[in-house]
Amino acid sequence: MAEIVSLAEAVERAIHDGDAVAMEGFTHLIPFAAGHEVIRQRRRDLTLIRMTPDLIYDQIIGAGCARKLIFSWGGNPGVGSLHRFRDAVEHAWPVTLEIEEHSHAGMANRYVAGASGLPFAVLRGYNGTGLESLNGDHESAPTIKPITCPFTGETLTAVAAIRPDVAVIHAQCADLSGNVQLWGIAGVQKEAVLAAQRSVVTVEEIVDHLDPRAGAVVLPSWTVSYVAHVAGGAHPSYALGYSVRDNDYYVAWDAIGRDRDAFARWLDEHVYAVPAGQS
Amino acid sequence: MKGLNPAAVSEVTYTADEMMTVAAARVLRERMTCFVGIGLPSAAANLARATHAPGLVLIYESGTIGAKPAELPLSIGDGILAETADAVVSVPEIFNYWLQPGRIDIGFLGAAQIDKFGNINTTVIGADYEHPRVRLPGAGGAPEIAASCREVIVVVRQSSRSFVERVDFVTSVGYGSGPGDRERLGLTGAGPKKIITDLGVLEPDPATLQFTLTGLFPGVSAAAAKERTGWDLAVAPDPEIIAGPSPAELAALRNLQGGTAHPPKEHH
Repeated sequence: MAEIVSLAEAVERAIHDGDAVAMEGFTHLIPFAAGHEVIRQRRRDLTLIRMTPDLIYDQIIGAGCARKLIFSWGGNPGVGSLHRFRDAVEHAWPVTLEIEEHSHAGMANRYVAGASGLPFAVLRGYNGTGLESLNGDHESAPTIKPITCPFTGETLTAVAAIRPDVAVIHAQCADLSGNVQLWGIAGVQKEAVLAAQRSVVTVEEIVDHLDPRAGAVVLPSWTVSYVAHVAGGAHPSYALGYSVRDNDYYVAWDAIGRDRDAFARWLDEHVYAVPAGQS
Repeated sequence: MKGLNPAAVSEVTYTADEMMTVAAARVLRERMTCFVGIGLPSAAANLARATHAPGLVLIYESGTIGAKPAELPLSIGDGILAETADAVVSVPEIFNYWLQPGRIDIGFLGAAQIDKFGNINTTVIGADYEHPRVRLPGAGGAPEIAASCREVIVVVRQSSRSFVERVDFVTSVGYGSGPGDRERLGLTGAGPKKIITDLGVLEPDPATLQFTLTGLFPGVSAAAAKERTGWDLAVAPDPEIIAGPSPAELAALRNLQGGTAHPPKEHH
């Protein structure tokens, strides 16, 4: 059963130094407030997992919380680069960042394998790409390998399951028992939560009872560890039905993220000086 | 005092980016299904839907199938895409059920670097992956879009830096090293059929699969296109001079962009 707690308590209890953390939300429902709380609690040596690192991981990487990033597309959508991510990869600032990169199809299937309790997933993908040779040769832990179909003999691609220590997502609603409901662009959040050992869900609102809603994703309370009420917790991403994507913020981030000092000022003013759930 | 004729002005006054977007939009036909990348491809696909192909089915990797935005989204997951879609599916589903089996006619992609065989790099600039000169965003949906859509169209501004003999990193496969490579790799789609740039159109030579200049925008010379290509660009015997944007095309494009908070840019 999910416990309904404060954001600070959820992060304190669920996310520890060195954990592999998947904060998901595909453009929509990105758990920014939870990400800021991870920065505020000064977690270190995290392995960050996310299909689209987006501004949330640009901020967490820039704050020095991560030692590794597993991802498939690290840009500021429609705007340009994630400069904190680039600074980490290109100049090891503020710390060295190891990267493991995939395609979206590969990452999505890795989560499906994790949620399914399987060691790998199969897809048609990566053939002839640099990602295949790069990752297949990875000396420590290859995550892309060819596999032969036992029925047809066709060569397909296997990708290793993702099993995060913690999944963090934002949703529209939870009820008083901690059942979670989200809708609109649903990304890989269900898969991330079911693949993870623990999970934190921030929600726009806690209601007495969830209204049945066609097409919504429901995560029953017994699949979730902690629920925290954080209205606006996806900003500058959005929660369909509650807010719209703050595209101006994404555009303005370019100048902040580009400059180490401007970023440090942003961290001080908008994260460290602000209570949990209000950034 | 004589006023300007607005129609005459709009016929001649357009930017190279507008010409590129219009030319890309013209490739799309009514009722095609199109997997759309963000930026220039999204602008072109939405222009096609706003002009000659209202029944064009736009599919974004966020899982929005049949999105009908009235203004250009900034990201592939803006709320307007979900709110106007025929269906919204999860990210595993969009790749596994919709893209992978070859259901989608056209993949519309951008590029940071592209080579003469239409291979695309959006990963790193520089030969050393571990120490890149520029770290680009990475693959996103592109490798499987390039592999599995029936055909691929690439929309990218042309320069000798971005049009290279060999890409620094193959993020998405075009024709690999030449004829036979797509078949050998088991890629189910036919590969890139056009590269549409701000100068004109390149298409693969049927024999060598090397991209060749086959179309030029008004006022652009083949010499200028060769100048802005990092490989020895072959020019078709009689490259087509592509008609400039019509007033209706320009008006529709500007109307779409006028609604966006910010015009799309390339990532790099």
